[in-house]
Amino acid sequence: MKIDKSIFAALAWVSLAVLTVPDSAVAQDDGDNVFAQYREMFGDDNPAELIELQGEDLWSQVRGPKKASLEKCDLGLGPGKLDGAYAQLPRYFADTKHVMDLETRLVYCMVTLQGFSEKDLVAKPFSGRGEQPSDLEALSAFIAGRSRGAPIKVSQSHAQERAAYERGKEFFYYRAGPHDFSCATCHSQSGKRIRLQALPNLTEAAEARKAYSTWPGYRISEGTVRTMEWRMGDCVRQQRLPELQFGSDIAIGLITYLGVMANGEPMNAPGLKR
Amino acid sequence: MHRTVKWGLLGAALCCTSMLAAAAGKSDPLGNVAASFKAHGQAGMDRLERDPMQQACSQPASSEPSAEVAKSISRSAQERVKPPSDGQYLGDWKAGEKIAQTGKGMQYSDDPAEPNGGNCYACHQMAGSEIAYGTLGPSLSQYGKLRGTSPAILEYTWTRLWNSHVYNVCSHMPRFGDAGILTEQQLKDVMAYLFDLDSPVNQ
Ligand code: HEC
Ligand code: HEC
Repeated sequence: MKIDKSIFAALAWVSLAVLTVPDSAVAQDDGDNVFAQYREMFGDDNPAELIELQGEDLWSQVRGPKKASLEKCDLGLGPGKLDGAYAQLPRYFADTKHVMDLETRLVYCMVTLQGFSEKDLVAKPFSGRGEQPSDLEALSAFIAGRSRGAPIKVSQSHAQERAAYERGKEFFYYRAGPHDFSCATCHSQSGKRIRLQALPNLTEAAEARKAYSTWPGYRISEGTVRTMEWRMGDCVRQQRLPELQFGSDIAIGLITYLGVMANGEPMNAPGLKR
Repeated sequence: MHRTVKWGLLGAALCCTSMLAAAAGKSDPLGNVAASFKAHGQAGMDRLERDPMQQACSQPASSEPSAEVAKSISRSAQERVKPPSDGQYLGDWKAGEKIAQTGKGMQYSDDPAEPNGGNCYACHQMAGSEIAYGTLGPSLSQYGKLRGTSPAILEYTWTRLWNSHVYNVCSHMPRFGDAGILTEQQLKDVMAYLFDLDSPVNQ
């Protein structure tokens, strides 16, 4: 079983190098083709599993200026309690008095427990093309995996949680920029696509559930795990807006809005993405 | 001059709805939007500011602007349409095909020295031979063959491309002329791609 996995892993890395296609704005027509080819070779095996293992190591390793592991990090269910924690994020945290998603909470733990610099972590949260996954990507994959099967339960009991939802919902319809795009331009009708890429209608519970429950996801076209903060930022880039800042109110608002829409769906991340 | 007055009036019409909302005790759920962004390359912070159309159309389709606001948006859109300076609507369909195919342009990840694409295939079926087309907009296959090239249809299509909100207040199509996405020559080339009987769109 173990051996199987590493052979599969090696194969996956090699063939992904061949399959990886450049990302070209909205003209990503090769994408679905690559997805089909990949599926044909590997079925439902998800290389994210390897990155989950890297994340598991990072979680328990003693690291950073404070020489500590992350094992005391509280993701909302208590220090070190991981099972099902991701399914209940974003949420309000009394210690920071803010609504935080998984990624901002991880940064918070890496700063407070391990002594890493927040500025450095936030300056480059995601890996570049062809690089090894960033710590944040690997940790996100690992922690998301520990919520597999747990029903999504994004809370709306605190006033700030409700405000985050309203902010996200309002921004979803915010038309701006030279192309007048909002999230709703591309994500408010069912059965539509851009080029060949299917566009989920994120205003429909069924489609929002399927989309939300599968992030973070392994992106075949990029050969790495991408997180929900990355997904938000990359759609905002295609919207022709300035850069959405990591952990910003709008980013967390959007994630809260989508999470509440997905409530009840069993978490099924990391997913496998085009 | 005239235009400024029109925008001003429209602004006044819009301001009152938000003022009413504020008076009713509703605060703006967005808060300070700019605080969540940073300028990156060609995508400056000014892109977060919304003109009256963008503001009025920032809602679910179920709550589009009132008839009065809609009329005012379409009218000022119409006033800003610039017909081709030499009266010629049609350029080179081959150049137009490249523009229709290209999805790049105006993202902070794009090279601002490169010409912008029109990205028509992201939303429209056009040439029958291109299967990678999107469906946010209607099929434009056989466009010129079906509609001919009367002055009226040429003007209609130019206006559509310049500012689609003339016809549909909250249209999802970018304002290729009005927003300066495509140059006059690029618009002519795309027009030729739609109308030229030799263009793959009409095969
Ligand atoms: C110009 C069109 C466009 C706009 C505007 C846009 N998106 Fe997307 N979005 C896409 C495309 C295309 C994909 C699928 C990408 C892929 O397959 O790689 C996608 C994917 C997604 C996904 C993942 C869906 C899944 O099933 O995995 C989410 C979530 C999402 N977008 C949210 C948003 C939000 C929130 C906004 C506004 C901030 C937004 N998008 C704006 C085109 C857009
Ligand atoms: C983001 C999606 C989008 C893009 C990109 C786009 N369109 Fe459209 N287009 C639409 C939609 C939606 C309509 C339907 C009318 C409306 O909503 O106002 C439309 C309508 C049209 C019409 C009118 C069709 C008719 O039956 O009268 C023409 C012509 C047209 N588009 C041409 C183009 C061309 C040429 C390009 C590229 C330069 C382009 N469009 C790019 C979305 C788009």
